[in-house]
Amino acid sequence: MIDGNAGDGHDMNGREKVAARNLSFFYNGHRALNRISLPIYERRVTAIIGPSGCGKSTLLRVLNRIYDLYPNQRAEGEVLLDGADILSPRQDVNLLRAKVGMVFQKPTPFPMTIYDNIAFGMRLYERLPRAEMDERVESALRRAALWDEVKDKLGAGGLDLSGGQQQRLCIARTIALKPEVILLDEPCSALDPISTAKIEELIDELKSDYTIAIVTHNMQQAARTSNFTAFMYLGELIEFDRTDTIFTNPREKRTQDYITGRFG
Amino acid sequence: MDLYARRRHKNAAAMGLSLAATAMGLGWLVAILGSLLWNGLSGLSLQVFTQMTPPPGSDGGLLNAIAGSLVMTVLATLIGAPVGMLAGTYMAEYGKYSRLTVVVRFINDVLLSAPSIIVGLFIYEVMVIRMGHFSAWAGAVALAVLVIPVVVRTTEDMLNLVPNSLREAAAALGAPRYHVILQVSYRAARAGIITGILLAVARISGETAPLLFTALNNQFWSTDMNAPMANLPVTIFQFALSPYADWQKLAWAGALTITFAILALNVGARALSAGKANLK
Repeated sequence: MIDGNAGDGHDMNGREKVAARNLSFFYNGHRALNRISLPIYERRVTAIIGPSGCGKSTLLRVLNRIYDLYPNQRAEGEVLLDGADILSPRQDVNLLRAKVGMVFQKPTPFPMTIYDNIAFGMRLYERLPRAEMDERVESALRRAALWDEVKDKLGAGGLDLSGGQQQRLCIARTIALKPEVILLDEPCSALDPISTAKIEELIDELKSDYTIAIVTHNMQQAARTSNFTAFMYLGELIEFDRTDTIFTNPREKRTQDYITGRFG
Repeated sequence: MDLYARRRHKNAAAMGLSLAATAMGLGWLVAILGSLLWNGLSGLSLQVFTQMTPPPGSDGGLLNAIAGSLVMTVLATLIGAPVGMLAGTYMAEYGKYSRLTVVVRFINDVLLSAPSIIVGLFIYEVMVIRMGHFSAWAGAVALAVLVIPVVVRTTEDMLNLVPNSLREAAAALGAPRYHVILQVSYRAARAGIITGILLAVARISGETAPLLFTALNNQFWSTDMNAPMANLPVTIFQFALSPYADWQKLAWAGALTITFAILALNVGARALSAGKANLK
């Protein structure tokens, strides 16, 4: 399950693709994240767990600067993507978001056809001939394990799909852009167990090519899908380690209490 | 038990009163539509749509008035709808959290309920007096001023119904703001925005007061936008108040025509907003 890091030692963890350094975040001056420092390793899955309101979604929303859409939200500290600070005002947020994709809690298909949902992002940055576009749409849908279900109705509305299919459509839309990092914000919380299993399989496949960070409330999901786990509580990072360590031998008592269901 | 019986009586009384009020409202509506149909149908004929407004005592129709109304309504919509849509877009998308939006929304609500005769007087002041004569341009602008607040309101409301999660999803793919608005927000709110424009058209197509001060009226066929232009509402006003039986008959026919045009617009708007239910 936890492939690629059978051995110990941090050299086996891989390269730090994203690194938060002393990251704090404020909503209207109210502190939601307090000096978080956390690595997200390349081509690994990092799970972020913690009780509601602990700041895990907030942390994810900093990594692609989606919080920028709203006034009165502010981040302090550094977030390095391949060593460059993405919080710098010189960072072009649209280019950043094309590199750091995000899938949300509730499926958000656009009110357009399945095909156009996938093509939407690609059309922003590339002028592709029709045949090549068709190919990219197909391969994105295949990777998201949705192709067989929709190949005969690419012209149907994205909203006509079931909830689980919509979520896979959103994942397909994100990977069609060939991002480097994928952020998943509780991607299965609105889905039934079968759809959830499909998405988890998908995460397992995607991690060979992508760096993935997933926020989840589901402890088993974190244990099943991730290589590393970060436990957050009240805006602080309590513990970060290999997932098997966190779940079998955590250093902190609070981590232990949370994963065994004694609070949260 | 006594308490329960009293409640039942109160309930019966309240229901009776609301039924009576509904019946009264509907009764007047039926009476209006009935007399309109009764008098209008007898005056309706092909020549109403093919001939010009006649002098009293001779045959004629309403062609120039219908054409004038169409021209000015279309022009007013072309001027007012884009302005209203852009303002509504600013309020719901760019300026959602700004003070300016609060101020504009308040002023727009005032404008929305302003009597149309005030709008007519205003355009009379700023256009008709300056130009020295009544004109179809002034009429169209006066109607456009009435279109704007309706479209601003519906555009803002409909865009506010588009969930933020959809905007975030588009932004998360690296789409710039204008692209999110054009490709996602407008698409999701399209039926609602078009409905708002149709309702605005329905509202101005029956307005008399603003035209009385601006386009005035014209007995003849005219396509000169710098001259007074015939239009249905003012023609109805003038013919209905006249002592001539044939003019009165034409006024009824015109009233029926306008009512059905507005009815058709409203039904169209309803059909559109029913069709958007699948886009929630």
